[in-house]
Amino acid sequence: MPQTVFAPWDDPNEKPLIRFQNVTKRFGDFTAIDDISLDIYTREFFALLGPSGCGKTTLMRMLAGFETPTEGTILLSGQDIAPVPPNKRAVNMMFQSYALFPHLSVWENIAFGLKREGKDKGTIETRVAEMLKLTRLEKFKHRKPHQISGGQRQRVALARSLAKAPKLLLLDEPLGALDRKLREETQFELMDIQEKTGTTFVIVTHDQEEAMTVASRVAVMDEGKLMQVATPDRIYETPNSVYVADFIGDVNIFEGRAHQTGDKVQMIWADGQPPLSCTTSKNFSLDQKCWLAIRPEKIAISAERPQAANTVRGKVIDIAYLGNISTYHVALPSGQMIKAQAANTRRIERRTFTWEDEVWLSWTDTAGVLLDR
Amino acid sequence: MRRLVVIAIPYLWLIALFLIPFVIVLKIALSDTALAIPPYMPQFDISAGWQGIRDFFSQLDFENFVFLTTDDLYWKAYLSSVQIAAISTFCTLLIGFPIAYGMARAPEEWRPTLMMLVILPFWTSFLIRVYAWVGILSNEGVLNQFLMALGLIDSPLQILNTPTAVYIGITYTYLPFMILPIYAALERLDGALLEAAEDLGCSRLTAFWLITVPLARNGIIAGCFLVFIPAVGEFVIPSLLGGSRTLMIGKVLWEEFFSNRDWPVASAVAVILLLILVIPIALFQRNEQKQREAEE
Repeated sequence: MPQTVFAPWDDPNEKPLIRFQNVTKRFGDFTAIDDISLDIYTREFFALLGPSGCGKTTLMRMLAGFETPTEGTILLSGQDIAPVPPNKRAVNMMFQSYALFPHLSVWENIAFGLKREGKDKGTIETRVAEMLKLTRLEKFKHRKPHQISGGQRQRVALARSLAKAPKLLLLDEPLGALDRKLREETQFELMDIQEKTGTTFVIVTHDQEEAMTVASRVAVMDEGKLMQVATPDRIYETPNSVYVADFIGDVNIFEGRAHQTGDKVQMIWADGQPPLSCTTSKNFSLDQKCWLAIRPEKIAISAERPQAANTVRGKVIDIAYLGNISTYHVALPSGQMIKAQAANTRRIERRTFTWEDEVWLSWTDTAGVLLDR
Repeated sequence: MRRLVVIAIPYLWLIALFLIPFVIVLKIALSDTALAIPPYMPQFDISAGWQGIRDFFSQLDFENFVFLTTDDLYWKAYLSSVQIAAISTFCTLLIGFPIAYGMARAPEEWRPTLMMLVILPFWTSFLIRVYAWVGILSNEGVLNQFLMALGLIDSPLQILNTPTAVYIGITYTYLPFMILPIYAALERLDGALLEAAEDLGCSRLTAFWLITVPLARNGIIAGCFLVFIPAVGEFVIPSLLGGSRTLMIGKVLWEEFFSNRDWPVASAVAVILLLILVIPIALFQRNEQKQREAEE
């Protein structure tokens, strides 16, 4: 049975749930958000990713209503939301610190929003029970927030923000306070809940792995600008700039000058070294400055010079052993350090290379991405 | 052993400075007044041996406590003290909470200065500050002259020597004791909680009632205790500002001790005052404790 791929952003007829139109936000002289236009669609799990201070939290707080844009408009289902105060928006937020009310029990925390809506008692009880079940918190409903663990608190915060069945749920670094193992489990739980409830999620995170895991699309931000908005695999495989390539995962960057013929480019990158060859769909003028980005796992490492489009020679300086894989830090004659990854298919004592070994690094002409900025 | 010492120090402190003085006062309250130095009987005489101790205890009785019930001056004084203290506490809360709230919401760099301003009056003698109020509130005082100059009143208002003056005096004097604990509670309040409440549909005002006030509760209670307890036994403020018609137990106590030289009755008054204050507080704290245990 053919499954339709969830990709409303590719469908020109699809109406976005949220539309940022040339939104700018300034705090005094500081520009937190710089002329951003962005569409987010219903049922998306959208991640805003960037280093701290890049404006991702400001963008989210504008959706919640705690900040108003200095310029531009934000539309929610086609309506300008600027005049709507936070308590009247069909948007709920899960706070980074969870912001659970310490004087109220888990049950009362989850019921808080429903009570404010003036729902009758029966409705509230059914809905809270539903939320407790969804987040597996039934046993803890009479506890106060300080009497439960961090992971449980995180689930209470999620249940509380989902209880009112918002059109849009905002999550501000929702997993930041959890340890790694719990965080990974919770990521899948979040995706599961998002799918079950059909709510649109916008998550803010500085953790690229988290963004890649949970999101249907990722927006990489830097200094108040959107650098790239795309699905996780496109962000990883075809970053549009050195910044994005470098921010997401490990990458090797070669700097050089382009000599293009058709879709092939020969990149002159170092004196006395053969040019690196790669393919691109972009157009480069002669001698244009360009960068080649290659992921470590796409670089092969061998003792003999292999038959490949690109080969460079170097010396193993460092080996990071990660169990299933090892990352080799190889110094090129130019002094540049290149990372190459290899799966540890053999036991460690039978490893082929060790420190100070001369090795060959190689990759195909389609392995890297040629970038113009 | 070291732990024992650490625990023993506060207990010894309490025994030496609270329990022993209380036992002495209680003993005087159970004695009879006498023309002697000190002015009460019996005196504890260890040299008389076992018989002396027996005589000593046989002479103690509750006569003075019974006496307190025969004259309605005393229970009226207690009642009016509690009433004045309660009203004054309410006034300090009414004024202190907004001040504490404003301080806690002020930019962080201002807070030490604001705190300093709250504490600053303590650097002047308490007595001088209360006297200053005489100058402000008297018929020829600053306040009346100001109001008359504005043309709001034709003849001076009689404020001094009325209960109103006592309320003003107590509220003014004890205000910092209300502000500081409430400020401490509000300053810790995470701003994200209020945003969360708003996000979940509260208006600013409901968020204040449902989040800010409950979370400041402990500060409010501490502040009320800190004001109410000393205010009940207050002596200086009612005698300087309240005139002869304001009845407060602190004044009665003073007169029994120094005018009547009736130490036993004065001590009985003091013991009852202590009970009036301690019993409700003890009950309240036990209730709190139970609530906390129920939560654990």
